[in-house]
Formats: sequence, C-alpha cells, structure tokens
Amino acid sequence: MNGIHDMGGMHGMGPIGYLETEPVFHEAWEGRIYSISYAVQSTVKLRLGLRPPIENIPAREYLRMSYFERWLTSIIERMVASDLVTRDEIETGRPATTSVNAPVALSPAAAVAAQFKIPATRRSVQVAARFESGQSVRARNINPVAHTRLPRYARGKSGTIERDHGVFVFLDTSAYSAGENPQHLYSVRFAARELWGDEAAPHDAVYLDLFEDYLEPA
Amino acid sequence: MTASHDHDPEHQDVPSDPALRVKALESLLVAKGIVDRTALDALVDVYENKVGPRNGARVVARAWVDPDYKKRLLESGTAAIGELGYSGNQGADIRVVENTPQVHNLIVCTLCSCYPWPVLGLPPVWYKSAPYRSRAVIDPRGVLREMGTELPADIELRVWDSTAEQRYLVLPERPAGTEQLDESALAALVTRDAMIGVKKVMPELKAGRR
Repeated sequence: MNGIHDMGGMHGMGPIGYLETEPVFHEAWEGRIYSISYAVQSTVKLRLGLRPPIENIPAREYLRMSYFERWLTSIIERMVASDLVTRDEIETGRPATTSVNAPVALSPAAAVAAQFKIPATRRSVQVAARFESGQSVRARNINPVAHTRLPRYARGKSGTIERDHGVFVFLDTSAYSAGENPQHLYSVRFAARELWGDEAAPHDAVYLDLFEDYLEPA
Repeated sequence: MTASHDHDPEHQDVPSDPALRVKALESLLVAKGIVDRTALDALVDVYENKVGPRNGARVVARAWVDPDYKKRLLESGTAAIGELGYSGNQGADIRVVENTPQVHNLIVCTLCSCYPWPVLGLPPVWYKSAPYRSRAVIDPRGVLREMGTELPADIELRVWDSTAEQRYLVLPERPAGTEQLDESALAALVTRDAMIGVKKVMPELKAGRR
C-alpha cells in the first residue's frame, strides 16, 4: 500500500540521529516484545505476516511510534487474526474462560534453535523465468492497497535485470495466507538518474529485488 | 527514554506506556500457555550476546586473508557464511557485495528494516529510522557525507535496497598498512558501519569502534 512506510526518496524526515554505539535493546520491554513475536510465530503458524499490520498503522501514529511499538501492534493484530487471543483478553490482560486453541509453548532450547534455522521461503518448484540477466525491464505502475515489496519510487521506472535469484514465495499474497504463488525474484539495477533525474550522480545506481509479477519488458 | 523516541509533546492521545502493555501481554500469553517465560529470556540472551557484528567481522577478515574463501563468499554468501557457523532467522540468502577502488556499496531497507541478522545482529535504531530509510536511495552521497565518508565523484555508488528475500553484507576494502596483521587482528578493525557501507575500515582501531 502507498503508506508512510514506503518512504524511499522522501524529504523532510530530519537528521539521521546516528549513534556510534547503542545497546541492542534500549529498554527491556523492546527485547521482550521482539522475543514474544518470534516465540509466538515459531510456535504457531499465524495467518498474517509481520508487516501488513505495521503498514496499516495510520501515518501520524507510525511516525510517532518507536520501532518496537510497531512490533507490539503487529503481534497483537496477528494473534487476533489467527484466533490465538481476543481483543477482550488483550484489554483485560486475563485469559477468557472460554479460551481455546493455545498451542504448546516452545521450550527455551527449541526457541533458540528456531532462531538459527534459515527460514525457507525459497521454493524448489520449477517455474519458467520470464526474464534473464541483462534484459531491460520496467517496474509496473501498480498501487495495491495491500502489502507489496515494490516501492513507489521505482514504479514505472526502467532498469536492467542484474541477476535471477531463483524462485521464492510471493509475499504480496503469502503475507495474508492467500497462497504462495512462487515466482522468480530478480535483482534489478536502476540508474540513479532514471529514478531521480539529471541531478543524480551519473554512475550511481539502486538495486532492488523484485518479483516477476512487478516487472514487464521495457 | 532514548533519543530515538520521537515523542510529540503536543500529541494528546498518547497510549499507555509500551513497557506496561508488553508486560501485560507477556503475562496473558504465559497464562494461556502460548509462550514460556524462560524461552523469552533465552531469546533475549541470543540477541544481546550471541549474535552481532563480531560475526560479520570474522567473515570479512577471513575473506581478506583467504582468496578462495572470498571467491566462495561472493558467489554464495549464505553457504560461505555458514562455513564459519553463522546462519539463521532473517539471514535467508545473504548476498555479499564487494567494495573496490571503483565501486562502493551501501545497504538500506526503505520499506522496513531488513538486515543480515546472523552476521550483524539486530539493526541499530538509525538504520530503521525514517531519515536513513528515506534518504539513502535519493541522496546516498549526502548520507555518507553526514557519516564522515566522502566519496569521490568517479566512484560508482551502488545502493542495495533490500526489499525482499535477499539480505546484504558489504565486504569492505582492506585498508592499506595492514599487511602485517593476522586474521583476528584484522577482524578487530572491521566495524558494523563498514559492513553496512556507511563508513570505510580504518587501518587503526579507534576508541568506541562499531
């Protein structure tokens, strides 16, 4: 969706706020919500991906919230959508007497082991590739209201296929449990001047990993 | 509170403290048997103590001293990184991109916060922040300048906006004057920022390295 999260190329966001060193978690609750999110999603298959609920946060709230506050919003929405908890339980903080569907919590050892497994979103199915390295392509001008990994700044712009990464689950549908639609994912090189005009440095480029459904021949 | 929390004092509708909300959520999930509190403790320990940019620094130093390893690393990052024992969540398909005298690479995730977790740990706040995400693609040279990295005009700057399943790690240039250093001494020079591409590796370790 054309939300505030899709901010590549925007102006006016202020200074970067770089710190040479910073703690992994600035406050203890950040570590707890990050761990809760991974423990829950390692325990049970959720019907909604991490990012759709974050992208649905109204822009004003999104910019006010810290990063891990957005994770808190996301895991609540995902658990509610998966019938793991109810909004009433979230509000009261107590399990409902009718509470069902609780899976068995992951043990500490299993939770840690799950962190070191590579998540499998690559698929070994044979899917014909529509494009090949060196080919000129254009990112389609699409404006879906749902989750997409095609940033606005690249839509309608022309680039060159740099590499075919192989076949991956299509996140635009899998994030909603609406099918994996496995397809080729390509690294596409966009010249900085194609994206940003003649003021951009002549040799610079931005590389994006784009699903086949995002591309058309140029 | 931290500098990263950009709270608006004019904002009237501030929700309750996230610390309290997270505590209440954790209690609820423990009571429902969905999470085990000791598993959460173990996960926090992983993120705080077991993964971090030291892992990536070891990968870079190995590539600097072992040309065969470097070749494997650039061809198949995930597998070569796995040789040193690093793999995991948020690390699916790590691609390593090499800085050379002609090319400089910079990593960003404009849509969210994608980051090569097994080799760099969790991303710093500035990497996930709106200013970095918005500017790194349209004004990468300005971003680098703000970080103290001046890039000559004839260098090709490649910005990798990691939007999907690929995660990126920059293989920085080995600095001149380090010919006498062994692998572990080299690893000590390699900073998180150099592996994101916002800085270069300096020949001497400075205080407060990152």
